[in-house]
Amino acid sequence: MAEEVRLTVNGTRRTVLSDPQRSLLDVLREDVGLTGTKYGCGEGACGACTVLVDGKPVRSCMTPISEVAGQRVLTIEGLARGDRLHPVQEAFAEDGVLQCGYCGPGMILATVALLRANPRPTDAEIIEALNGHLCRCCAYPTILAAVRKAAARR
Amino acid sequence: MSAPPVDDLTRRDFLRVLGAGLLVTVVGCEASAQRGGGSREPAPIASRILLGEDGTVTVLTGKVELGQGARAEIMQATAEELRVPVERVRVIMADTDLVPNDGVTAGSRTTPGTVPAVRRGAAAARDVLIALAAGRLGVGAESLTVAEGAVLHPPTDRRVSFAELAALGSSSEALNAAIPEDVTLTPVAEWKTLGVSVPRPNARDLVTGAHRYASDLTLPGMLYGRVLRPPAYGARLTALDTAAAEALEGVIVVREGDFVGCAAPTLLQATRAVELLAKAASWETSPQPSNAELWEHLRAHAEAGEGEDNGVPTALAAANRTLAAEYHTAYLQHAPMEPGAALAEWKDDRLTVWLGSRDPFGTRGQLAEAFGLPAERVRVIIPDTGGGFGMKSGDFVGVEAARLAKAAGRPIRLQWTREEEFTWAYYRPAALIEVQAGLDANGSLVAWDFLNINAGGAAIGTPYAIPHARTQSRRSDSPLRGGSYRALAANANNFARECFMDELAEAAGADPLIFRLAHLQEARLRTVLETAVERFGWAERQASEGTGFGLACGTEKASYVATCAEITVDRERGTYRVERLCEVFECGAILNPDNLLSQVYGCIIMALGAVLREEMLFEDGRILNPRFSRYEVPRFADVPALDVHLLNRTDIDPAGGGETPMIAVAPAIANAVFDAIGVRIRDLPIELPQS
Repeated sequence: MAEEVRLTVNGTRRTVLSDPQRSLLDVLREDVGLTGTKYGCGEGACGACTVLVDGKPVRSCMTPISEVAGQRVLTIEGLARGDRLHPVQEAFAEDGVLQCGYCGPGMILATVALLRANPRPTDAEIIEALNGHLCRCCAYPTILAAVRKAAARR
Repeated sequence: MSAPPVDDLTRRDFLRVLGAGLLVTVVGCEASAQRGGGSREPAPIASRILLGEDGTVTVLTGKVELGQGARAEIMQATAEELRVPVERVRVIMADTDLVPNDGVTAGSRTTPGTVPAVRRGAAAARDVLIALAAGRLGVGAESLTVAEGAVLHPPTDRRVSFAELAALGSSSEALNAAIPEDVTLTPVAEWKTLGVSVPRPNARDLVTGAHRYASDLTLPGMLYGRVLRPPAYGARLTALDTAAAEALEGVIVVREGDFVGCAAPTLLQATRAVELLAKAASWETSPQPSNAELWEHLRAHAEAGEGEDNGVPTALAAANRTLAAEYHTAYLQHAPMEPGAALAEWKDDRLTVWLGSRDPFGTRGQLAEAFGLPAERVRVIIPDTGGGFGMKSGDFVGVEAARLAKAAGRPIRLQWTREEEFTWAYYRPAALIEVQAGLDANGSLVAWDFLNINAGGAAIGTPYAIPHARTQSRRSDSPLRGGSYRALAANANNFARECFMDELAEAAGADPLIFRLAHLQEARLRTVLETAVERFGWAERQASEGTGFGLACGTEKASYVATCAEITVDRERGTYRVERLCEVFECGAILNPDNLLSQVYGCIIMALGAVLREEMLFEDGRILNPRFSRYEVPRFADVPALDVHLLNRTDIDPAGGGETPMIAVAPAIANAVFDAIGVRIRDLPIELPQS
């Protein structure tokens, strides 16, 4: 049965009427119309569905909507300030870092969370933070360089 | 609130949107768009290039962007020949109502096939604009030049912009002229836009989440689809009770023969319905081959054939020494990040399908055939897609979405789950390779006999000079459905060949590099190999406990690659790590250096997956590891130190670069394992023997 769930998405308070077992991923994509968050595996193994919940990276495909009641969700659509890209988005947009781009939203949000917690990460720390994120274009070298660049600019 | 609906332009709307004063007529364009790529008729310029009254240029192509960079290349090619800044070029891709048929996006054909076609169209448009400007200015065409979106007359310092020329009444007819066969293209030495790195055109949309993949599109009234899958390959549905699924709120069940699916207002509801259908279905299964007996199965079912003799049996019999070996490579999944997805809509007697696919016109034909429609009543649109690598299950997902949509009377979006994609799409075929060779008393190769069972013939011919050589590719009864994959069987064939070359070098008492060079006459292949060993420091490598060095090279699709590998082995644990790879790649003149570098990185790391862990496991018609947690593709932590060097041969026509850079990685690593532990590796993925 549908229940009301209140949450904040990209700074806007929302009330969604949903079966509480639906995933945060499905609610974002189907009900809120935010399709930047991607389905990749449904088991938390690829990172494509990553969003930030109260600032922490979360696999939205494995998170029932009822679990995020009252929390603040940030998706890729909420990262830029108007026309101004977030520095991590900027670094990922330059130099053709992404190829197909499907892993990008999850990868970028995980990087944002990493750099908030650790503004000057070592390569080993970047790899640890992003190792749960798959990129099948295998753009790992250019993504690593983009994260370094974003960190250096902060 | 729901996501914005799809961009539903008809060609007529589309031309209107581009603005009045277009240089083409609607009729001319529709005719060209419908003619398809099989036709030998010369295509009108307007089927390729459109000019807006504001001077913007639109280029039309049937190619698909899967992340490989085709959109940027085509934009560059157009800008180069029309002498406009790249930002002024808009690229419309893969919409069967709008674009010419450029064939399937595969086989590294965009660079050598479509880019020249686009350049010819743009160059022909440039010549037409020069002729129009000559008339307007009353000067000879030879006194005119083109730059920055305008035709210039340097002697009098006059200029006519493309926008002004577009507004001329005569321009429309002029641009409906056929693209001349002998149109002059800009020589490589004069390239300004081609040959340099330009950013990915839609990078901003990718990093903001604004780009809509097929799996993101919505339409008013749309429902989410799911399809009931058999529990195993070869299973047949014998009974089904749909009542429980149909009792779920908002669920529509569709059953047409063996095709069973459902549609619901949310994906979760559709998933619950399909789970109820699965519980209420009875299946009859049949015996299916399993992993454990794969090689025997493929060998036993290989098609018969002898191949040409080429004096090989005689030369083998006369050889001073012969060696034989057998190599295996596993079934692989492409695993693009975006699984197959399609949105289908039936409206006004027309079917429109937005989907991930590599083949817009082929998919249109498949849909037309499936529903008994003439092709012009089907429209296929392929938004830039979330990866392909030889696969987009789209070809099947499109038909499934359209069937559900037809039966439900509503638009349907269907996205395969990862498990469906890993089970019901197709695979890079497993390879069983038998190879035998003979050496003379000097340690030179005199005979070569190479047989690939099941994987195919890509790059099967040896590039080494051997007096008597025979190569054969035979099909077999593949337990899993085989299909194309990045670089196809060139991966397996080059793995076996280059590993065996190391075995032969050892038998001949020669260094693997010197043994190869002694048999290698192809200058381009020699150059990449010699460059790679120099950059890697092959001659200076230091043997030490637990460290191994290997090299390999290869050629396919008019491009050349060499890879050197350094690995470390932990013998106690039976593990190894690829520490360092150096790769040199050459594919003629480079169109976009940054993009090519990305492609080469991607190829190397994707190839690493087949070495480290990737292997589809199956038993009794069931896939045992249909998920990322159990089918482990490369991750950040797997990436070794990479030194990639691109050779730019501006004197040679460009070939594609998104496949061949894969093919020397696995053999270089396997050869390094032998160097470290003295055990030959003949199977991919590589498992070290327990010590």
